[in-house]
Amino acid sequence: MNETEQNPVMAAMQARSSEALRAPRISIRGVDFFYGTNKALKSIDLDLPDRQVTGMIGPSGCGKSTLLRVLNRMYDLYPGQRAVGQVMMDGANILDPGMDLNQLRSRVGMVFQKPTPFPMTIYENIAFGVKLHERLAKAAMDERVEWSLTRAALWGEVKDRLNSSAMGLSGGQQQRLCIARTIAVRPEVILLDEPTSALDPISTLKIEELIDELKQDFTIAIVTHNMQQAARCADQVAFFYLGELVEVGTATQMFTAPRERRTQEYITGRFG
Amino acid sequence: MSAAALSLTGPARDARVAGLLSRRRKLVDGLVKLLCIAATAMGLALLASILFTLLFRGVSALGLHVFTDITRPPGSNGGLLNAIVGSLVQTMVGAAIGTPIGLMVGTYLSEYARTSALGNAVRFVSDVLLSAPSILIGLFVYTILVEPFGGFSGIAGCVALAVIVVPIVVRTTEDMLRLIPTELREAAVAVGAPKWRVIVLICYRAALDGIATGVLLAVARVAGETAPLLFTSLGNLNWSLSMTQPMSSLPVTIYQYAGSAFDDWVDLAWAGALLITFGVLALNIVARVVLRPRA
Amino acid sequence: MTDMAEHIVKSFEAELARLRTLVTDMGGMVERQVALACDAVLERDAESAGLAVEADPQVDALDREAEQFVIRLLALRQPMAQDLRHIVASLKIAGELERIGDYAKNVAKRSLVLNQFSGPSSLTGIAHMSRLVQENLKAIIDAVGENDVEKAVEVWNADEAVDEIYNALFRELITYMMEDPRSITPCTHLLFIAKNLERIGDHATNIAEMVYYAVKGEPMPEERPKGDSSAYAVVRPSE
Repeated sequence: MNETEQNPVMAAMQARSSEALRAPRISIRGVDFFYGTNKALKSIDLDLPDRQVTGMIGPSGCGKSTLLRVLNRMYDLYPGQRAVGQVMMDGANILDPGMDLNQLRSRVGMVFQKPTPFPMTIYENIAFGVKLHERLAKAAMDERVEWSLTRAALWGEVKDRLNSSAMGLSGGQQQRLCIARTIAVRPEVILLDEPTSALDPISTLKIEELIDELKQDFTIAIVTHNMQQAARCADQVAFFYLGELVEVGTATQMFTAPRERRTQEYITGRFG
Repeated sequence: MSAAALSLTGPARDARVAGLLSRRRKLVDGLVKLLCIAATAMGLALLASILFTLLFRGVSALGLHVFTDITRPPGSNGGLLNAIVGSLVQTMVGAAIGTPIGLMVGTYLSEYARTSALGNAVRFVSDVLLSAPSILIGLFVYTILVEPFGGFSGIAGCVALAVIVVPIVVRTTEDMLRLIPTELREAAVAVGAPKWRVIVLICYRAALDGIATGVLLAVARVAGETAPLLFTSLGNLNWSLSMTQPMSSLPVTIYQYAGSAFDDWVDLAWAGALLITFGVLALNIVARVVLRPRA
Repeated sequence: MTDMAEHIVKSFEAELARLRTLVTDMGGMVERQVALACDAVLERDAESAGLAVEADPQVDALDREAEQFVIRLLALRQPMAQDLRHIVASLKIAGELERIGDYAKNVAKRSLVLNQFSGPSSLTGIAHMSRLVQENLKAIIDAVGENDVEKAVEVWNADEAVDEIYNALFRELITYMMEDPRSITPCTHLLFIAKNLERIGDHATNIAEMVYYAVKGEPMPEERPKGDSSAYAVVRPSE
């Protein structure tokens, strides 16, 4: 980066392109992850910039989804899985054994690969999570449901059938419902684990547009196998391989001029 | 690379051998299909003949008095009212005791002890119980509830039936809960739900149809049980709804009447058999049709 | 690129190779065109001039082909990283080569006019300049073919010399014109020829920048010192 110091023209150019990454919302430092004795993440250092999108890419089994599941301690559900290191958020270590997990998960929401509507009405799907953390009067709850469905760009499509089963929605609508359900809890960070891999291209674009909207208010991390998707959505891109974070940089840098040879080979489709 | 390129076309196929193999395959296919159809026809024929005999003998003996009169001595034109009511009561109470226990054990096995040693032990015992001879269960309840309290009782019959209900409900509950995708559980956990809420509000709801089907099938199964009741509620020729007294039931009454030397009792036994068979059939159909998993 | 593993999709690898061939072929064609144009001026060779002019439509056709091909690759392959850089650079290099071809054609046409005048005082300046420009052009086309960043940087630095010769020629030709008004027509044509050669040099440096970006993934670190100061040159008749 000393080139930019030398060259005021280029420095100004970079500032204009608004690619600068913000201050970190979550700082991952030296995180190792184990499935039993198998080390799945090796000393990961990564910052998730505030109200920006971090894309995580890499071949299957590289540890990107694992890292996502570290951020809301989802792995705690399974005995034998453990993480060591530091994941700092608001001055507290998420990996601290004393962490209140239910409260953590209300601050770090997650959306999964397959749409997972709960077997209840659309309204109840949203209210379920809210009720866990807040006591709202009916009117306030109605408002929250409308707000979250509107933010998830689903309100117009479902406002007349809030009391019918969420199972009747299309795959893309179900996934947006899951996003609405997540943001209804008012988290600060949203984790998306391959959120569009089960959707058709148009539904995929709707989700991507949604991600663009949501990053005004939320810090987002998205795991994806679709490189173009990472390029379209992410401000920062991290490339994982065999449990290591190989390279991290702005999306532009990663997709036009990656520094590491393994990154280059992966994103240009030359993986041997 | 070159090997792969070669195998793209591969060596040529011998049309004669291929034809031979194809003919043989078709022959075997036809043979197996024939055997399967024959076996199915045999099974269906047996079932049809049972139902036909039952209808033939049962319908002729069926009349309003069967439902309005209690059992009476031979020749005095009695009915089966006390047996029908006794069966209903014992089945209901038995299911009411057994279902919650089975539900909780099944939940424990699926949600808390999927791989633990204790869970495996419980699962094994439950499976053994599932296939245990029902007379054994009757004897067991006889030892703990009849002998110590000095007599046969309706409640002992209920408990015996409950013991049969438990492993069936355990099995279906565990199976149905296991069918719920991990993603759904994780999704509920991901919005910050504690485990018990996930189980009660999400898993039970998702597995409701399957579990209800299991309970109905368990009810159908115990409605026809005779052996455990012989040692517990014994049967009662008089009208009695007291849980501490012996209680009548259809299967036991059928057992007693069918072997008797009196024609009207034998006819009543056929009527009772018809009632119980179609009652169980109706439960099965309800379980399959009404509670079919909704798409 | 030679040190990289092959693409998993072999047809993409083949298409990238074809794009590279397309651009280097175009480079060879333009190189010959410039050589012919310079010969036409220096040897007063009308035949060479004709050949240089005739070559231009072919160069234009190759440019269009490269453009179509690049658009196809971008749409169908969605290239990333160095593939993307090489493909975009190829598009721009093809454009630069097309411009160089146009300048060569213009030089050739002017040589035909020059031939109608008796030999001008001196062609040594032009000869020197044309040799330097042709060397640079050849070097840069080699650099494109071999992804040779060092060679590209050499060409980029060498252009300053071309600019200096051009500045000298500019003053020289204006002086001739002031001394002898009858030389105004040939000298003006010579001046344009020199300007065209100088432009060819500039386009060669643009190509050098493309090669640098395609290989390194970052723009050339410094602004090139502009050697052409003729825009500020004032030549007054001596008293």
